[in-house]
Amino acid sequence: MGYTLNFNLIWRHFDKLSGGLLLSLELALISIAIGIVIGLVLAVWYVSAGRVVRGVIAAYVEFIRNVPLILLVYLVFYGLPTVIDVAYSAQTSFVATLALYSGAYLVEVFRSGLEAVPRGQIDAGKAIGLTPWQRLIHVRLPTMMRITLPALSNTFISLFKDTSVASVISVPELTYGAQWINFNTFRIVEVYLVVTAMYLVTGYVLLFALRLVERWYRTAR
Amino acid sequence: MLSQIAYALPFLAEGFALTLWVSLLVVVLSLIAGVILGVGLVYGPAPLRWAVRIFSDTIRGIPILVLIFFVYYGLPAVGVHLQSFWAAVLALTLFKTAQVVEYLRGAVASIPKGQSEAAMAIGLTFRQRLAYVIFPQAFRRFLPPWINGVTDAVKGSALVSLLGITDLMQAINQVIGRTYEAMPLYILGALLYFAVNYALSLASRRLEQRFAFIRE
Repeated sequence: MGYTLNFNLIWRHFDKLSGGLLLSLELALISIAIGIVIGLVLAVWYVSAGRVVRGVIAAYVEFIRNVPLILLVYLVFYGLPTVIDVAYSAQTSFVATLALYSGAYLVEVFRSGLEAVPRGQIDAGKAIGLTPWQRLIHVRLPTMMRITLPALSNTFISLFKDTSVASVISVPELTYGAQWINFNTFRIVEVYLVVTAMYLVTGYVLLFALRLVERWYRTAR
Repeated sequence: MLSQIAYALPFLAEGFALTLWVSLLVVVLSLIAGVILGVGLVYGPAPLRWAVRIFSDTIRGIPILVLIFFVYYGLPAVGVHLQSFWAAVLALTLFKTAQVVEYLRGAVASIPKGQSEAAMAIGLTFRQRLAYVIFPQAFRRFLPPWINGVTDAVKGSALVSLLGITDLMQAINQVIGRTYEAMPLYILGALLYFAVNYALSLASRRLEQRFAFIRE
């Protein structure tokens, strides 16, 4: 034992951590925004599609959910460019991976949300002469959103934590910043204590804020 | 290309075996630790409850990768020297233990209060109440999410490749380093992980259906 805590070097390089935290949030935010689009489109498609389309969507969901994120990150960043002729930065590559990853989880969330919309609401929509498209936009999606909002918040917070995997392809987010300070200053215990606190505080602040949004959304109409 | 991959297969199989071994260790150790801490969280005295609550909320609030680095680089700094294999197992076990604690808490909380009151009324001791009344019922609620969560241990184990441990993930990266056949090897790796985890999630779904209709 006999380890003396000394946080001076951490504060001196704190920009690596604060900048990293912002990038982590940004990566999570862009990924979930794209993931929501993927999830919504596929979920709406799934509930009205035939067996083949359902099979393909289910295969995508099951594949992503059962493979480690780190392997998907490697596959998109190191694997894909060897078979298709595109070039992208590590950051773009990671956002694409995390968007596909969150999309798979959100298909499930939205699908169960859509199935939980009471039959009577859809019938009422039909009765007042709404077209199928109008029923989707004005009846099914708003109700589904209210049902799925808690699950959506949880997905966002877990994506925020998953952004740490971006460090393996040198995207300078929070975990990468932690490793940089770890290897350059050797204030190992200190840096991971600070980073743990940063992830925890950010995670719980997000959770609290999202719960407020959920409550507001539930009572606003 | 195929001959190169065929040549690497025994090496990949070793990595795959290590992935399964790490996962198995983590699953067994975390089950033991998680059940003990979970019982502490539900029935323990206040200080123990708070300690378990803080442990569980902290571990579940940080990325598993940060936990792995913290344990792997942090322990030697304070004078605890573990082989990287055991450091990895320890970190993954801590992570999984926090999950098991929550599964157990949820399962026990789902048992109606009347059950343990009735057990008290017929004079069962605390241990008897747990062993004959609460646990047999809570077990059914605990098992499906727990088996489903085993896939998290298998997926999480891929992160130990970052500590230089030759699990399946690391074996794949090493073979790619020699053969430059990135895509076929990543897909092969994905299929292997998929096979294990999909089988687990099917088993979990089966059990859930089987236990779904058992008396409330």
